[in-house]
Amino acid sequence: MTDGTTSFLKGQKALLARHRAESRFQWTGRFAIALSLAFLIFMIGSIAWQGKGALSTTEVQLTVDLGDDNVDPEDIAGSRLEKIIKSGLREMFPEAKKRKQKKLLYGLVSSDAGFQLRDQVLADPSMIGGTADVWVSASDDVWLFAKGQVDRNLPEEDRRISDLEFEWLDRLEGEGRLQQLFNWPFFTNGDSREPELAGILSAFVGSALTIAVCFLLSFPIGIMAAIYLEEFAPKNRLSDFIEININNLAAVPSIVFGLLGLSIFLNTFGLPRSSPLVGGMVLALMTLPTIIIASRASLRAVPPSIREAALGMGASPIQSTFHHVAPLAMPGMFTGAIVGMARALGDTAPLLMIGMVAFIVDVPNSILEPATALPVQIFLWADAPERAFVEKTSAAIIVLLAFLILMNLAAILLRRRFEKRF
Amino acid sequence: MAKKKEPIIVARDVDVHYADNQALFKIALDIPENKVTSLIGPSGCGKSTFLRCINRMNDLVDIARVQGHISIAGQDIYAPDVDVVALRREVGMVFQKPNPFPKSVYDNVAYGPKIHGLTKSKADLDNLVQWSLEKAGLWDEVKDRLHEPGTGLSGGQQQRLCIARTISVKPKVVLMDEPCSALDPIATARIEELIDELRENFSIVIVTHSMQQASRVSQLTAFFHLGTLVEAGRTKDIFTSPQDERTQNYITGRIG
Repeated sequence: MTDGTTSFLKGQKALLARHRAESRFQWTGRFAIALSLAFLIFMIGSIAWQGKGALSTTEVQLTVDLGDDNVDPEDIAGSRLEKIIKSGLREMFPEAKKRKQKKLLYGLVSSDAGFQLRDQVLADPSMIGGTADVWVSASDDVWLFAKGQVDRNLPEEDRRISDLEFEWLDRLEGEGRLQQLFNWPFFTNGDSREPELAGILSAFVGSALTIAVCFLLSFPIGIMAAIYLEEFAPKNRLSDFIEININNLAAVPSIVFGLLGLSIFLNTFGLPRSSPLVGGMVLALMTLPTIIIASRASLRAVPPSIREAALGMGASPIQSTFHHVAPLAMPGMFTGAIVGMARALGDTAPLLMIGMVAFIVDVPNSILEPATALPVQIFLWADAPERAFVEKTSAAIIVLLAFLILMNLAAILLRRRFEKRF
Repeated sequence: MAKKKEPIIVARDVDVHYADNQALFKIALDIPENKVTSLIGPSGCGKSTFLRCINRMNDLVDIARVQGHISIAGQDIYAPDVDVVALRREVGMVFQKPNPFPKSVYDNVAYGPKIHGLTKSKADLDNLVQWSLEKAGLWDEVKDRLHEPGTGLSGGQQQRLCIARTISVKPKVVLMDEPCSALDPIATARIEELIDELRENFSIVIVTHSMQQASRVSQLTAFFHLGTLVEAGRTKDIFTSPQDERTQNYITGRIG
């Protein structure tokens, strides 16, 4: 080919412009994905960074006098072990004379220390009758100190830890009387006013129970409603009206469902306040429209030829639906359920309205007992004044995200199984 | 046309409306037993609509309204006490596009007998599945993969699977709605052979666009045009000496 002749196989001007437009579009798409990935990584990274501190807890070793005159071997639980802790602290730091200094000194250990000592003595009564070295939880300020999160360079009046406390803590650390442990109590305790004792278990169990109730109510009701509306209901004004309203309900703010739950489930039916049962019912109301809409869409996506084949074989409409159409639509229904459940798990507002915002220490044993939920716990901790709750908040968010991922994973695996069968 | 036996399907004055459009006008047609009857005509002439009246598949279309009388083996299928489920068990249908269930080959064929409770034991069911697949000329090709998905077969095999599924409940009548229009010529030839064999056991009504196919497989032909039945008779007569000018025009390719 010589210069000057233009091959028709070469791109002309207009064609080159089209190619450029295409590559511009693709790069915009890539940029959007990269940006959202960056935000996701930033979010998860910052939460993990802040939350990792909550994974360890600090203990202080005290030498306590468990002589017979202090502890009654017949009645360990009745003995005033808190006093023993305090006297142990006084003996280790005899320079604390003034009342104010003593108060600071007692503040080094958690208010739970007496009970922890009691549990240790109960487990090993041979400790009675002499002095013993025991490990008890440190207070939240010591906890932060041990993680190096306290800035000594600040003026004393701006710090939570005074110079005197620093002196004591440095001595404890020097003697090896401070230790960092994996924070099991965070996963086995309920909530507490003391950050060093606060755990996630009651909120976790509360969330699990609430979501279980929500799923058991909304999934069967949702897919049955979708199947009826899509496969059996006559198409008329009434069914149009219902459809419009279901679509509207999906867009109703969740707090409105909370108000509905408050006035109907609590005030009219008198169901127990703050219970996972009511929480689950309210979240089910909120989730139903999502599941119904997704299920109807997936039912509509089943090719009509399958229905014709079944009906042509002499299957009744119910048989056609449940033998052929519904199983094919199942993966789509699961997708709807995943979306709905994920939203329900993370929703706080409706739970506030039905009292699940209460300060609940005990782990609920049934769906009728007062409980709180993970997002509400996060909300409560984020609101707490103690510095150590910042880490707890992030850790609770991590637990919530892990819960969410596990739940979605289970749903996706179930969906896979359904997809494979066909 | 000399008839020894009573026709199995008798249609009289059949009108079908889709909302305000009338699709069929006063159709009257007798369909004999153990013969292949083909319904031919240009697109939109109402032949598929008529076919779907025979097993009341038109009931599924909300806007369709069927008037007139159709009886099968002497029973009016539009009588108020007729159960369409029972009717469709006796009038099987093979569709234009192969539509096997997304299940195994075996389950596809066994589905009808299962829901109608036709077999007493697993062995009975196995035999019935084998019989149906043999009748549909598919047994040799699928006997080693009965438990693989029916949707994994080729188009022609899928259509024969659908035929096996239809005949597994031993209906009186088999309706076929352009069963070969989605298939290649070899698969088509296979199905046509099959239709000829099935005639022994079943009365077959087939809608087709192909006049060659109609002349090859059917003993009787009915020509539809614009919602009316123009002419019906022995296939040989229709194709060699049509009485109506429109039939003449259609089979010579001038309309259609």
